[in-house]
Amino acid sequence: MSATAETVQDRKAALKGLGTSRKRVEDARFTQGKGNYVDDIKLPDMLFGDFVRSQHAHARVISIDTSAAMALPGVVAVLTAADLEPLNLHWMPTLAGDKQMVLADGKVLFQGQEVAFVIAEDRYIAADAVDLVQVKYEELPVLVDPFKAELPDAPILREDIADAKEGAHGARRHPNHIFTWEQGDKPGTEAILSEAPVVAEEMVYYHRTHPCPMETCGSVASMDKVNGKLTLWGTFQAPHVVRTVASLLSGIAEHNIRVVSPDIGGGFGNKVGVYPGYVCSIVASIVTGKPVKWVEDRMENLSSTAFARDYWMNGKIAATEDGKILGLWCHTTADHGAFDACADPTKYPAGFMNICTGSYDIPTAYLAVDGIYTNKAPGGVAYRCSFRVTEAAYFIERMIEVLAIKLNMDAAELRAKNFIRKEQFPYQSALGWEYDSGDYHTAWNKALEAVGYKELREEQAKQVEEFKAGNTRKLMGIGLCHFTEIVGAGPVKNCDILGMGMFDSCEIRIHPTGSALARLGTISQGQGHATTFAQILATEIGISADDITIEEGDTDTAPYGLGTYGSRSTPVAGAATAMAGRKIRAKAQMIAAYLLEVHDNDIEWEVDRFVVKGAPERFKTMKEIAFASYTQAIPGVEPGLEAVSYYDPPNMTYPFGAYICVMDIDVDTGVSDVRKFYALDDCGTRINPMIIEGQVHGGLTEALAIAMGQEIAYDELGNIKTGTLMDFFIPTSWETPNYQTDFTETPSPHHPIGAKGVGESPNVGGVPAFSNAINDAFRAFGLTHTHMPHDHWRVWKTANKLGLHG
Amino acid sequence: MSKQTITLNVNGSSVSTEAEPRELLIHVLREQLEITGPHIGCETSHCGACTVEIDGMSVKSCTLFAVQAQGKEITTIEGLGDPDKLHVLQEKFKEHHGLQCGYCTPGMITRAHRLLEENPNPTEEDVRFGIAGNLCRCTGYQNIVKAVLAAADELNQSETAA
Amino acid sequence: MITGNFEYHQPSSVPEALALLSDLGDEARVIAGGHSLIPTMKLRLAMPEHLIDLQGIKELKNIDVSNGEVRIGAMTTQAELIGSDELFQAAPIIRETALQIADPQVRYMGTIGGNVANGDPGNDMPAVMQCLDATFLLQGPDGERSVAAREFYEAAYFTARDELEILTEIRFSACEGGYSYGKQKRKIGDYATAAAAVLLTKGADGSCTAASIALTNLADTPLYCADASSHLQSNGVSEDSIASAVASAMEQIEPVDDNRGPAEFKKHAAAIILTSTIRQAWARA
Repeated sequence: MSATAETVQDRKAALKGLGTSRKRVEDARFTQGKGNYVDDIKLPDMLFGDFVRSQHAHARVISIDTSAAMALPGVVAVLTAADLEPLNLHWMPTLAGDKQMVLADGKVLFQGQEVAFVIAEDRYIAADAVDLVQVKYEELPVLVDPFKAELPDAPILREDIADAKEGAHGARRHPNHIFTWEQGDKPGTEAILSEAPVVAEEMVYYHRTHPCPMETCGSVASMDKVNGKLTLWGTFQAPHVVRTVASLLSGIAEHNIRVVSPDIGGGFGNKVGVYPGYVCSIVASIVTGKPVKWVEDRMENLSSTAFARDYWMNGKIAATEDGKILGLWCHTTADHGAFDACADPTKYPAGFMNICTGSYDIPTAYLAVDGIYTNKAPGGVAYRCSFRVTEAAYFIERMIEVLAIKLNMDAAELRAKNFIRKEQFPYQSALGWEYDSGDYHTAWNKALEAVGYKELREEQAKQVEEFKAGNTRKLMGIGLCHFTEIVGAGPVKNCDILGMGMFDSCEIRIHPTGSALARLGTISQGQGHATTFAQILATEIGISADDITIEEGDTDTAPYGLGTYGSRSTPVAGAATAMAGRKIRAKAQMIAAYLLEVHDNDIEWEVDRFVVKGAPERFKTMKEIAFASYTQAIPGVEPGLEAVSYYDPPNMTYPFGAYICVMDIDVDTGVSDVRKFYALDDCGTRINPMIIEGQVHGGLTEALAIAMGQEIAYDELGNIKTGTLMDFFIPTSWETPNYQTDFTETPSPHHPIGAKGVGESPNVGGVPAFSNAINDAFRAFGLTHTHMPHDHWRVWKTANKLGLHG
Repeated sequence: MSKQTITLNVNGSSVSTEAEPRELLIHVLREQLEITGPHIGCETSHCGACTVEIDGMSVKSCTLFAVQAQGKEITTIEGLGDPDKLHVLQEKFKEHHGLQCGYCTPGMITRAHRLLEENPNPTEEDVRFGIAGNLCRCTGYQNIVKAVLAAADELNQSETAA
Repeated sequence: MITGNFEYHQPSSVPEALALLSDLGDEARVIAGGHSLIPTMKLRLAMPEHLIDLQGIKELKNIDVSNGEVRIGAMTTQAELIGSDELFQAAPIIRETALQIADPQVRYMGTIGGNVANGDPGNDMPAVMQCLDATFLLQGPDGERSVAAREFYEAAYFTARDELEILTEIRFSACEGGYSYGKQKRKIGDYATAAAAVLLTKGADGSCTAASIALTNLADTPLYCADASSHLQSNGVSEDSIASAVASAMEQIEPVDDNRGPAEFKKHAAAIILTSTIRQAWARA
C-alpha cells in the first residue's frame, strides 16, 4: 500500500505541476544572450524611423520645413500630420475613449510630443535628419497644475473637443475637464461625515511616475505589398488588441495583419497602449514598401510614453470614538496630461479606484474622480497595478494611519478592528465590488508576530525619548500596510477595452507521442509564463511540464486574448488553461474507457492516468491515450487530442497581503535606511513559489523606488525635469534591501485552480508600507501626513517643518 | 563622414568591420556583428545593460565609440559559455531565479564575471557594490546577489578540487 | 541618442596631441575616458568636428610615488587609482573618493585627468585635489606650466586650462594623518548632494598640526576652505572648533536648487556632511 502511495507521489513530482518551484524554461536563452527583443530584429532593407519632438509644452505649430532633412543622403521620407491626414491617421483613438495626435496637428500639447517622423537608411542618418527638420512654433501659455485647469484664465488645451459637452465618460463641464466618475452613496456618506463622532481628513497625493522597463518601446513594421500582408513586431503587452486597432486604423483586413510580441524586456504597464511610434512605423512601411523599425530612447520613453499615477486624492474618513469606521469619502483630481491615454476597462475611467475601501468593512462610501487635461505627457497607465489599485491602496492605507493619529490609536489595532471578517466573504463593498475570499486577521496576526510588532513599538518609543534627550539624530518608522487587490479583469459583462471583452484564451494540442503545445492570448514580459502555464497544465492533464511548450504573442497562431497587465494572466488565461486542460481530460476519459473496455464512469483520474475503479493495475496513461487518439479509430470520438477554451471569469480575484517595513531615518540629512521588510502575500493557490517570491522582490523594489524618489516632475513651463536615469530614480543593488517573504493561502472560490495573481501585489502594498514608515517616524512629533516621494530633501523638509532642526 | 576599418577581437575571433568614427560599440556589436546579447537600456551610461568586457575591464558599450576599441579583446555574454556548457554564473542565475525579463541579464552576468575574476571571495556587500552599475527592474537584485555568491562558491570549490 | 559626425584622432604622444589640437583649433575636443563627453555629445550639446583620443598616449597612464611626491598621469583611470596600493599608502583619500564616484564600469574608463579638467562642479576629484593642494601640469603650444588646483577652477566648466592645452599630470605631496571623503548622494552613480574632503594631521601632543578642507558641488567650482582649515589648525580639533570651522566653510557655499533638493536643504546637509567628515578624519589621524 505504502509503495503505491509513494509511486503516486513520485509520479506527481515528475509532473512539476502546481506548487513546484520549477526552474524557468526561458532562462536558457536569456542567460546566453539569445533572447529575441524587438531591437534584435533585423530584416533585409530595413529602414529606421525617428521622431522630431516638441521642446515646448504648449505651442502652435506655424510651419514644418522638411526640405533640409529630405536633402540629406539616406533620408527616405519625412512624415508630418499633413501626410497622415489623407489616410485619417494623424489622430488615433486611445484605449480610454479619447483620441491622441499621432503627429502634431496644428499644435503641440506636451514637451516631447511627436511632431514629424523621419525615415532613413539607418538610425544615425535618421538622427541627423531629425536635427535638420525646421519647426516654427508660437508658444502658448502652459497649464501644469490640474487645480488651475478650470480657472477663468486657463489656456484651453484640446481645441479639437473644446465645445464637446459630452466625452467618452459622460458630461464635461469645461474644455480642460475630461470626465467625472462617481461611485457609491454621496448623500449617505455626507450625512455620516456630518454626524460621526470622529472625522479625519487629508489630501493624499500619489505623484506622477513611470513604469520605465529596462527595454524601451519599439516596433518593426513590414508591409509585404505582394501578398498584402502587414507584419508588426513590437513591445506589446496586448498583441491581439494591437492587431484589431491596427486593422481599424489602417483599413487593412484583420486577417492580413500579423502582430508579434517577441521577448519583452519588462512591461509594467508601459507597453499596453498604442503609441504614435507604432502607427508611424506601419505608415512608413506602407509608404516605402520596406520594413521600418522604430525604437525610442530612454528620454523619449520617460517623456512621452505612458506615465502612471498623478492622483490627488482628497479623503475624509468617519469613525466612532473607539475606532469603528463608519464611512469613507474621496474626491480625486486625476491629471491625465494632454490626452486621456489610460488603458482601463471602458466602464471604469478611473480604473478600479473604487476598491479604495481596501481591506475594511466600511458600510458607506462615496468616490468621485475628475479627469483633467494638462500640458504633460498623456497616459495614466496602470504601472505594475490593476487599473488604479495602487492609488486606491495608497489612499486607504494612508487614511487609516491618519485616522489612527486622530483617534490616538495604534494603527495595527485600528486595522484589525475594521478588517472584513473571514465569515463575511463573499463580501459586498460599499463601492460595488464582491470580494471573493479573504482571511485578513490570520495574515495580519502572522505578520505582526513575525516582526515582533509589540517590541518594535517599544523600541520606537525609546528612540523617541533618546531623540528628545539629544542622544540620537535618528528616528525609527514602522510602516504598516494591509492591502486588498482587485485583479484578473475581467468579466465580459463589466470589462472591455475598445469593446473587446476581457476574456482570455488557451488552445492545447497534445502530440501523438504525449508531449504538448499550448498557446495563450497573453504575453510574458518576464513573469515566466512558459514555465508556470505549463505547470497548471501538467497538473490538469498529467503530462510533465517539461514536455509542454507554451507559446504566446503571435496573433497568427495564438488564440485571441486581451494580453498581460493588471495581474490578469493567471486569473484569466491561467483559468482558460485549466479549463482547456479539463476538456482534454474529458475526451481522454472517453478514449481511455474505450481502450480499457469499460464504461466512462468506471474509470477515474489519478495524477497522469485513468485507472479502472477498484482495479488499480488496469489503467491508461495520458501518453498512451494521446497515442491512441492519433492511431486508432475510436467509435464516436474524433481523432486527435486538442482543446480550446475562452474563459470569461465570473468575478475578479482579490489577492491580499500584510506588509511591514522598519525604517531608520536620519533627521538631518533626510537619508533613510530600510532595516527590515516583511511581506506576507496571499495570492490563493501558489503555482510556483520561486517565481512568486521573485515577483515579490521585484515589485517591492519598484515600490521602494516610487516611494523614495522616483517621479516624473515638470517645472512651471512644462519642461520635464527627470528625463534620464540620472534623475529618474531607479535603485541599484546597493540601495535595495533584502526582503523577507511569507504567505498564507486562501484559494479563490471561483477560479478553476484557486489562483489569484501576484505580480502587482508587492507594488500595490509596498508603496504604502514604505511611505507609512516615513510618516510614522514623525508621528510622535506631530506629523499627520507628508507627500511622496520621500527623497532626502523632502524628508529633511518634513523634519524641518516640525522644528526638529533646532 | 567616411567609414574606417575597425578590427576587434570578439569572443576569441578577430573580426573586421567598417564604421563611422561616431558609431558606438554597442551598435557595431549588435547591428554589424549581430551580437545581440548586450542591450541598450538608457544610453547615458547609467543602466549597464550594454556591459561587455574589454581587455579585463567591464565597459558600458553605449559610451564608447567602436573605433576606440580598435584591436581590443572584447568578451560579451555570448563568449562566456555555450549551450553545451554554460558558465557557472549562467547556471546559478537559472538556479536561483536571478532573472525575469532577461533584458539586463547579459550585462549583469558579464559584469558579475569580471567581479569574480577580481574578487573570487566576495561578501554580499562586495557583490551589491560590484554590480551597482547594472540596473534591474524585475528581480529586486536579491536573487541576483544570491546567484553571484553561489557561483563564487562553486568556482572556488572546483578550484580547490582541481 | 546619436552624436554628430566627427573625425577621430588617436595620437601616441603628447606633442602629437598638442599639434593636432593647435591645427584643429576650436573644432577639436580632447577625449579621455569619455563618460562626461560622450553623453554630452549624444545629447548634441557638444558637437566637436574632431575628437582627439588620449588613450593611446602611454606616458599619461602612470602612478609614481617617490621622495614623498605623488605624480599621477592624467589618463590613469579611477579603477587604477583604487587598485594602487602604493597610492593608497601615499594618499588614501584618493581611493576613498574614487570608490564613491559613479559605478564600477564608469570607474574602469573614467580618468583622473578628465575628472579634474572638465570643470564640472559635480565631479569629486577637484575638491580632493584642492584638499591635497595638488598641482596640475598643463602642456600647450608654448610649453609646460603648472597651476595649483586651488587656483584652477574659475566657474562651472571654466578653468585655467587654455583650449590648446592638455592637462597631463597631477602632482601632490604624499600625506600623513587622518583623511576622509564624505559624500551624500541619492544613489550609486549620482553626483554629490554635498561632499567634503578633509585631511588632518595630529601632533604627538594631540594638537592639529595640519588641516585642509574642500567641498564638492556646493558652488559652481570646488571650494577650498582656507579659513575653516586654518581654524582647525590654530584651535585644535574639538566639537566647538569643528562647529566654528563648519560655520566658516558654510559661508563660502552657494548651492543651487536642483533635483537633489533646494539650496536651504543642501546648506544644512553640507554642514552635517562636513562635520561628520572632519570627525572621521580626526578619528583616523
